[in-house]
Amino acid sequence: MLLALLALALVTVVLAAPIAYRRATAWHAERARRRPAHPGELDLNLYDPGRERRAEQRARELLRSCVNEEEWGMYRDLGFIRVAGRHARRELDRDRGPRPAYAYLVYPHKPIVAFVPENGQLLSEYCVEFPDLSGTGGRHRLPASDDVLAKWMALTSDEDRVIRRANMHLVGRQLDPARVRRDLWRLAEWERRRGNREQVHQSQR
Amino acid sequence: MALRYPCGGPGETGAAGQNPRDIIGEVKFLRMKPGHGEVLLAEGDPRVREDEERLVEEFRRQLDEGMWAAVPVRNPGSGRREAQMVKQYGDIPPDSERVIFFPRASGG
Repeated sequence: MLLALLALALVTVVLAAPIAYRRATAWHAERARRRPAHPGELDLNLYDPGRERRAEQRARELLRSCVNEEEWGMYRDLGFIRVAGRHARRELDRDRGPRPAYAYLVYPHKPIVAFVPENGQLLSEYCVEFPDLSGTGGRHRLPASDDVLAKWMALTSDEDRVIRRANMHLVGRQLDPARVRRDLWRLAEWERRRGNREQVHQSQR
Repeated sequence: MALRYPCGGPGETGAAGQNPRDIIGEVKFLRMKPGHGEVLLAEGDPRVREDEERLVEEFRRQLDEGMWAAVPVRNPGSGRREAQMVKQYGDIPPDSERVIFFPRASGG
């Protein structure tokens, strides 16, 4: 009986070997095909819990090296950046000097919010994304700080183009207006404290 | 596409000190990538013809892949930092240290 089972197992192994070999070869070829040509494009599909964190850390450093010191402090402390609008909203706004008629709040992976700095009036939200469709492994979303930097670069270099591409809605479609107002209040407080600190530094010199 | 320094660099003209690149040096092409942060695509000295050809090729490749390119600059009037969008290699400001490629915006 045992001898018969052994013989049966041996026959099964011999019959299955070519199939297993073909499967293994195909799997190996597919794996080699997916492997990127350039080391810089390395994109393993294995789950790495630290990967997104490291990417975000690199993105933060890049953001810090590009934006103004005040904007970096804002992002670090509050989680968003304010970018001044370049246009006049009305004819009266043309004599405002350096004070912008409107500004944007730039959040990571959330719509850009336009508002009036003088009275905090919320104007509209612009839903915009920067999807990397050439990415592999199903990853299209940039790290949060890269998303903020992309919005900052787009707004400060070619505001019209990015606003034209965005979907405009009244505030409240994706963002809670109460939360945005609270962020504007936090921003005002942050600037007040920052101003006080700078005054203290200047008086100590 | 026109080269950025059609008159050549100091090595070719002997006119050292006339070009901002004489002081600044190399330029880096960086690309934002999901799951990576920025990735260095290419770097080189635009005064060197081989480097410049490589940079031009990489620039075109990125734009063909649908990327936007921007250079962080300082506004000469206000002194504030901002970005300058570049649509072709020749638009890159001569004193740029890096060009950042990022996916183009689309309505979310």
